[in-house]
Amino acid sequence: MNKIAERLYNGLVKENPTFVLMLGMCPTLAVTTSAVNGLGMGLTTTVILALSNAMIAALRKIIPNGVRMPAFIVVVASFVTIVQFLLQGYVPALYESLGIYIPLIVVNCIILGRAEAYASMNPVIPSFFDGLGMGLGFTVGLTCIGIVRELVGAGKAFGARVMPDAYEPMTIFILAPGAFLVLSMLTALQNRVKRRMEMKGQETKIGTGCTGSCASCHESCGKGGEA
Amino acid sequence: MRELLMIAVGAAFINNVVLSQFLGICAFVGVSKKTETAAGMGAAVVFVITISSLIAGVIYKYILTPFDVTYLQTIVFILVIAALVQFVEMVVKKYSMSLYNALGVYLPLITTNCAVLGVALINVTKNYSILEGVVNGFATAVGFLIAIVLMAGIREKTEYNDIPESFKGSPIVLLTACLMAIAFFGFSGLK
Repeated sequence: MNKIAERLYNGLVKENPTFVLMLGMCPTLAVTTSAVNGLGMGLTTTVILALSNAMIAALRKIIPNGVRMPAFIVVVASFVTIVQFLLQGYVPALYESLGIYIPLIVVNCIILGRAEAYASMNPVIPSFFDGLGMGLGFTVGLTCIGIVRELVGAGKAFGARVMPDAYEPMTIFILAPGAFLVLSMLTALQNRVKRRMEMKGQETKIGTGCTGSCASCHESCGKGGEA
Repeated sequence: MRELLMIAVGAAFINNVVLSQFLGICAFVGVSKKTETAAGMGAAVVFVITISSLIAGVIYKYILTPFDVTYLQTIVFILVIAALVQFVEMVVKKYSMSLYNALGVYLPLITTNCAVLGVALINVTKNYSILEGVVNGFATAVGFLIAIVLMAGIREKTEYNDIPESFKGSPIVLLTACLMAIAFFGFSGLK
C-alpha cells in the first residue's frame, strides 16, 4: 500500500513529467489551447500509460532484451489504437479536437521512458500505479497550462466565461506563439525554483525518466538544451 | 502541378511543422545549438521523412486498404519508421561513409521524432495520393530544416548575450521560438 502511495506521489509531485522532467513537449504545446483539451489529452495519456506499464511489467520476463524497444512500441501502439477507437465512439468532440495528437501518443517519451525506467524491472501492480501517478502528473500539468492559456487568450475557464466583459482576450495565447510563451515562462520559473533550492544547499538532482532511444528528448528536456 | 506546389508551400511555411504544429520540438530545442549540427539533423530528417512517407503511403494503399485493416495504421507506421531508420543507417554506412559521418549520429534519434509519424498520419488523414504524400513529407521536412537552422543561427548570435539567470537554457529557446512563430504567421498571407 505504501509503495502505491509513494509511486503516485512520485508521479504527481516529485518527478512531475511536465513541470520537473519536461517530457512530452509536443502534446503539451499542441493541445493546451483550452483547459478541457488539456484535461482530455492528459487523461487519455494516463489510461494508456497505466495500461501499457502494467502490460510491459507482466511481459518483462518474456521480452528478450535485444528487441525490447520495438516490443514496447508495439504494446503502446496497441493500447493507443484501442483508446483511439473508444474516444471516437464515446467522446467524438474530444476526438475531433485532439485529432492527430492521439495516435502521436505512441512517440510520447513519457510512455517509453517509464516503460524502460520502471515497468521493465518492476512487478505489475507498482508499475500500474507508477503509470497512473505519472499520467495524473501529466494531466495536472496540461490542465494548468490549458487554464492559463484559455483564461488569457479567450477569457474563459473550462468553456465558461469568467473574465469581466471589459476584458479584451489576447487571442495570441491560444495560437501557436502563446504556447511557446507560456511554456517558456514556466521553465524559467522552474529554473528559478531550482536555483533557490541549490542556494539553500538542497539536493536538486532529478532522475530523468527518459533513456535509450529517447536520447534527443532526454537532452533537451533534462539538461535544458545543452546538446 | 499547381496543387503540388500549394501542398509544398503550405507544409513548409504556412503550417510549419515545428512552429505551428509542434511536432519535433524535442529535436528542435535539443540539437539547435550550432548551425552545423542543426543542418545535419535537418538533412537527416528530410531524408527519413521523404522515404518514410513514400513507404507508409505504399503500405497504406496496397496492403492496409485492400485487407481492410486501416485501423492498424499507427502500429504499422511506427514499426515501419523504426525499421526504416535502422535500414537507412546501415545502407548509408555501407555506401557513403561521408554521408554517414555527417548524418550518422542523428539517425537513431529520428525514430522518436514525432514529426516522422506525424507526417505519415497527416498524409492518411488528408487522403493524399502517394505522390502528394511524398511532396507533403519532403516539404514538411524542409520546413523543419528551415526552422531548426534559423533557430541555431539565432542561438549562436545570442549565446553571449546577457540573459537573466532563470532564462538560460531552454526558456530562452522557447521564447525565441515564440517570436519565430509570430514571424511565420506572416506566411499565412500566401494562402
